[in-house]
Amino acid sequence: MTAQTLPTSVLPTRPAVPLKTPVFLTVIAVIVLVCFGLLGSSAAANFRLSTAGDAFVLPTLVFPGKASNLVIGVLLVLAAGYSWYRRKQGLVTQRWIVIVFAALFVLSFLIWVVSGANVTTISLAALLAGAVVLAVPLVFGSLSGVLCERSGVVNIAIEGQLLAGAFTAAIVASMTGNPFVGLVAAGLAGALVSLVLAVFSIKYLVNQIIVGVVLNVLVSGITGFLFTTVMQRDPDLFNSPGRLPIIEIPGLSSIPVIGPILFKQSVVGYLMYLAVFLVWFGLYKTRWGLRVRAVGEHPKAADTLGIKVNVMRFWNVTLGGIVAGIGGSFFTLVAIDSFTKEISGGRGFIALAAVIFGRWNPIGAFMAALLFGFADNLQVTLTIIGTPVPSQFMAMMPYLVTIFAVAGLVGRSRGPAAVGEPYTKE
Amino acid sequence: MSENKRVAAPKAQNDLFRKITQGPGLVSVLGVIVALVIGGLLIAVTDRRVIETAGYFFARPGDFLSAVWKAGTQSYVALFNGSIYNSAQGFSPFLETLTVSTPLICAGLGVALAFRAGLFNIGAQGQIIIGATMAGYVGFAWNLPIVLHLLLVIVFGLIGGALWGGLVGLLKARTGAHEVILTIMFNYVALYLLDFLMNTEMFRRPGSTNPISPVLGSSAVFPSLPGSRLHLGFVMAIALTIFVAWLLKRSTLGFELRAVGHNPAAAQTAGVNVARATILAMAIAGALAGAAGVAQVAGTEKVLTAGIAGSLGFDAITVALLGRSTPWGTFFAGLLFGAFRAGAVNMQISTGTPIDIVLVVQSLIVLFIAAPPLVKAIFGLNKKKRKTRSATTMAGA
Repeated sequence: MTAQTLPTSVLPTRPAVPLKTPVFLTVIAVIVLVCFGLLGSSAAANFRLSTAGDAFVLPTLVFPGKASNLVIGVLLVLAAGYSWYRRKQGLVTQRWIVIVFAALFVLSFLIWVVSGANVTTISLAALLAGAVVLAVPLVFGSLSGVLCERSGVVNIAIEGQLLAGAFTAAIVASMTGNPFVGLVAAGLAGALVSLVLAVFSIKYLVNQIIVGVVLNVLVSGITGFLFTTVMQRDPDLFNSPGRLPIIEIPGLSSIPVIGPILFKQSVVGYLMYLAVFLVWFGLYKTRWGLRVRAVGEHPKAADTLGIKVNVMRFWNVTLGGIVAGIGGSFFTLVAIDSFTKEISGGRGFIALAAVIFGRWNPIGAFMAALLFGFADNLQVTLTIIGTPVPSQFMAMMPYLVTIFAVAGLVGRSRGPAAVGEPYTKE
Repeated sequence: MSENKRVAAPKAQNDLFRKITQGPGLVSVLGVIVALVIGGLLIAVTDRRVIETAGYFFARPGDFLSAVWKAGTQSYVALFNGSIYNSAQGFSPFLETLTVSTPLICAGLGVALAFRAGLFNIGAQGQIIIGATMAGYVGFAWNLPIVLHLLLVIVFGLIGGALWGGLVGLLKARTGAHEVILTIMFNYVALYLLDFLMNTEMFRRPGSTNPISPVLGSSAVFPSLPGSRLHLGFVMAIALTIFVAWLLKRSTLGFELRAVGHNPAAAQTAGVNVARATILAMAIAGALAGAAGVAQVAGTEKVLTAGIAGSLGFDAITVALLGRSTPWGTFFAGLLFGAFRAGAVNMQISTGTPIDIVLVVQSLIVLFIAAPPLVKAIFGLNKKKRKTRSATTMAGA
């Protein structure tokens, strides 16, 4: 609407409605129709919804490969056509259409790979449950990113915070014999990394991206050094933290599909749901959140109104570190019960991608992290059932999606206005 | 801030004095010293002998202190012996330092050049990977006459890096996406792409199940100095340093890049095509990182593996930062970090100090140099508290 009322001279370089969305949707629709539909296997893809021990049994979903994908392909082509029509009218395509489009694409992709695999049955329940578990560190990392960046500090150091959390959780839990103490220590370790980020970027005005990049190297070096010199000398004393228990909520945990996702998690898993809610509630429903967002968008205005910009940023960065540190404990207290070098394996950068793909919103980042966890787990599942898709391309998915997202091909990702800029009073 | 400076402009003499005592030169040296001391303390704290003597510290503190001193200095002596000189091998370890420095210098130049144009090139890692992949493929798959082959290996390596970097520049110029995010994501895409290729028939050594390529043909590799791993790639690194120095200082393009780096809006107004400058800056930066890939695949390693780039791309960032984004600064920073890398191997063998200490020292150096007020505070040079310029100078100036 606004695009129509604006005179074209205001936007000299860009057409009112960008071509990106219709073109992108058309390309995807054609791929689905031709590659997944016409050229796809006609074998049926079976998705099991129930697992052993469920309270009641859901039927297995069966999709005939070729036929289903042809139907989905036609639907997607229609949606793409609609997007072109909207553009002609001078309107952007509604967001819900793009979301439904993306969901159908994922479904079609799943049907295509499973029907073309050696084993044409996968357990959707296990796939989803595993995806949530793999997403736990990503969610914590991305919440850390949201907390920092919403207040105007770029956090490239998520990877370092996760790694520091993982290391500290392992060594403290081993020495105290109590994984819960390790969990708390992990939060403190993350905060320590954040503190360095905060001091250098806020007090000494060093470029935030530089500090972040360097911190990742520093944490990797220190943990690697201490792993070799301390942990490996006496693994029984320093590197056998023991696992946090998986807590099942009786009754609820045996609901098919959602039971294991919501009610059969480790403490870190439950904390994840709590953290997502708290960060969302804090940022959007409290006075504190309003101030944080003001500091991130327009620090000068916030300062004029009496908000202490740098103090606010300092505490937000520290809080972000605590959150990411707790997320790091997932690696050594939940996933496996020991630390190895580089155990976080670049997940901090996927978390960063989730922040952007989720548009700097805690719920969005949570969803994006779940999607990336899903891709991660799908990669494992697909290798087991033996599909023609090389696992490396599945592993690339989160990064490609993020490139598309920041390049504006999938919606538009715009960060807080003042992110990355140090604030100094004049 | 600028007004303050004008008002309080000191006499030329004072200026010179201040430059020496508070300028980047002294701060850099002091930063390196502090980082080395902290690294030494870290080595000492985890040393067995130190821990033992700490048990009876109050009975015989001398034992403890001498153990601390021994642990720290022994490691650094071993580092020196492995990187510069030792009595058994003379200066031949220094040749190894030059070898290890070669890719660091090339990739560091790429990062530095992008910094000067106001771009954060975190993507050297991916650019090295793609450069090495293309160079490596030409090297082991093609059969060509002697000089031509190596030339094509170099050219394809440069093109590979330039494409990978230029793509980021293009996306940034066209869509406004932030290059930091793009380059980080492109690093991983390149990593998985190479991992995929190394598992195909096309790249894998015939008859091997390991992801390792055939050895590059003898016509495709840099000639090396007999008795060492040092190869002609180091001369390429020197040539590239001279080229970047010329590009930034003397060429029109270099002037445009620096103008965009200082103030894109002003540059645009002055008639610089900012989009073109962004794309070119990233492409040239990528080509320089690609040269690092060439040095690795056609010089040091002579085969292509999935881990060909190691952590070079990230080391390159610290090299460029330590070199303050100037070509020759980057060159010497590359030599310094190359010496750390080369010496660390010897250190690990002779004193058991893990190589990771190099990462710690390296990142501490960059942190300290990025925050001159902190270093000055440590050494009590901060008599008159002056607000330093924002650290964008690290990237820009």
